[in-house]
Amino acid sequence: MIRTLPPHKGYTLAFRIYIVLFYLFLFAPLIITCILAFNDSNFPSLPWKGFTLDWFMADGPDRIGLFHDRSNLSSIVVSAQTAFWVSILSVTVGTMGAFLFEQEEFPAKRGLYFLALTPLVIPGVILGISILLTANSLGIYFEDTFGLDIPLLRPSFWLVVLGQFSFITTFVLLVVSARLRKFDPSLEEAALNLGATRFEVIRCITLPFLRPALIGSGAVAFLMSFENFNTTLFLVGSETTLPINLYLQVRDGSTPIINAVSFLLIVSTSILAVINLVAGKRENRE
Amino acid sequence: MKNHIRLSLYIFLTPVLLWLLLLIVIPHIELLIMSLKGTDDLGDPVWTLANYRHFFTEQIYWYTFVRTAVYAMLTTVLTFVVTFPVAFYITKVVSVRLSGFLTIVLLMPFWVSELVRVYGWMILLRESGVINHLLISSGLMNTPIEMLYNDISMMMGLVYTSMLFMAVPLISSLEGMDDSIIEAAHDLGASPPTIFCKIIIPYAAPGITSGSIVVFMLALGNYLTPTLMGGKNSLWFTEQIYNEFIASFNWNQGAAFGFLLLALSSIIIWAGLKLTRQELGRALS
Repeated sequence: MIRTLPPHKGYTLAFRIYIVLFYLFLFAPLIITCILAFNDSNFPSLPWKGFTLDWFMADGPDRIGLFHDRSNLSSIVVSAQTAFWVSILSVTVGTMGAFLFEQEEFPAKRGLYFLALTPLVIPGVILGISILLTANSLGIYFEDTFGLDIPLLRPSFWLVVLGQFSFITTFVLLVVSARLRKFDPSLEEAALNLGATRFEVIRCITLPFLRPALIGSGAVAFLMSFENFNTTLFLVGSETTLPINLYLQVRDGSTPIINAVSFLLIVSTSILAVINLVAGKRENRE
Repeated sequence: MKNHIRLSLYIFLTPVLLWLLLLIVIPHIELLIMSLKGTDDLGDPVWTLANYRHFFTEQIYWYTFVRTAVYAMLTTVLTFVVTFPVAFYITKVVSVRLSGFLTIVLLMPFWVSELVRVYGWMILLRESGVINHLLISSGLMNTPIEMLYNDISMMMGLVYTSMLFMAVPLISSLEGMDDSIIEAAHDLGASPPTIFCKIIIPYAAPGITSGSIVVFMLALGNYLTPTLMGGKNSLWFTEQIYNEFIASFNWNQGAAFGFLLLALSSIIIWAGLKLTRQELGRALS
């Protein structure tokens, strides 16, 4: 039944087969996507017609590779910019939230904490439409009363950043709070006794202690933002992010360029995942 | 000293309050207000329940709503059934050295965008897809069949995209379980099914709850998988919301649908927490 009990032959074999099938199920779509990015065919399907780098490098007229595809390249840049701002903002506010809920006392703390957790259980589509509605109403209000036209309140780059920030911050808050709970308060007290102010303590002692959590949650926030679809769908303006742009291409029929983009995404996120794991392991050993 | 503490409280409190008020509380109040508004015969804005009445009288909306809820629950159950043996194998059966490796490999695919994973399934399953090609070239079939764009492929896609959110809490709750509890039960003569029902499941209950909540919420609010893998008649409620907002431009109706979806997901999550006597904070962390 478990590793310390005497093994039962049929049970162990059946379990092994199940696990192998499961991992096959897990990886089949990704591996196929990667392989077909290099197939010398105009459709992302078998039969295999030979190896080619056309879907990355080709520069027309028959085929246009990813590195010459203006719309996909610019959507990658937009996604990276969005993710950059979202991770900066959410790590800042999420960390402040962690300090607030772990180290401060104030009335209605439990209620506010509950409220801060809700963004993770609100479906992303709902967050998207409610922020869209509010921005739109505010825009109409400012236009009618002050004659001001505020571009920020229309579906746009910054509205996407705000929409993603609204729930990714909760994620950062949870990760940083967990680390902050392991912090030994006597270190802080010692510094305070020696005459440091509260902010000097935070800057010189607490923040260095939190560093692994800040970097880790920042990286995951970046990835969550880069890949977000549901919330972004309703807030996106003329600058489409990569997931939206890919979605439109997949919906309207597919070319192996999508496989090329997917290949790059799979490779780069896997590298990031490994780095994150290695860093996490080192932190645990400390 | 006292002043310093108050100052730091305000510095931390202000951004958090701004975030929660401006991006969470006010938008959801606005969602509710918009859902209760409409235009009268002259085109002037009025308060009305028409958007909700519309939902209850049009059969197709009702049907889609219930269908989405039932399928999301089914997804949650299936995801549990598929991932539990894996979580158990990784934490309890396989040798310790291999278990770390298997966990890392298990998490890898989920770092990749959901869109890429769904796309991978599309090129595997569709009529001109890889599986059909393999079946025909191996002589098992003569004509390709369409395996995509039906409820089964959609369910499979939903289970596939949500497995991680079940696996992680299951693994972490099973990891905390002392093997000797199972050994003791075994020595006392309990059969594997008894051990499973009376010991393992109750022990893993917190992990099962938090996994189920997240999986349910994600399945309910999923838009990509039902539209791309379920095809034209997938009838997922988020699609209705999208249609009202983007295609029909009827934001009031869309807001009502959104509010109904939010209410449904909140009620089911709340009931799940109550039934298993857990708090949201613990379930999420």
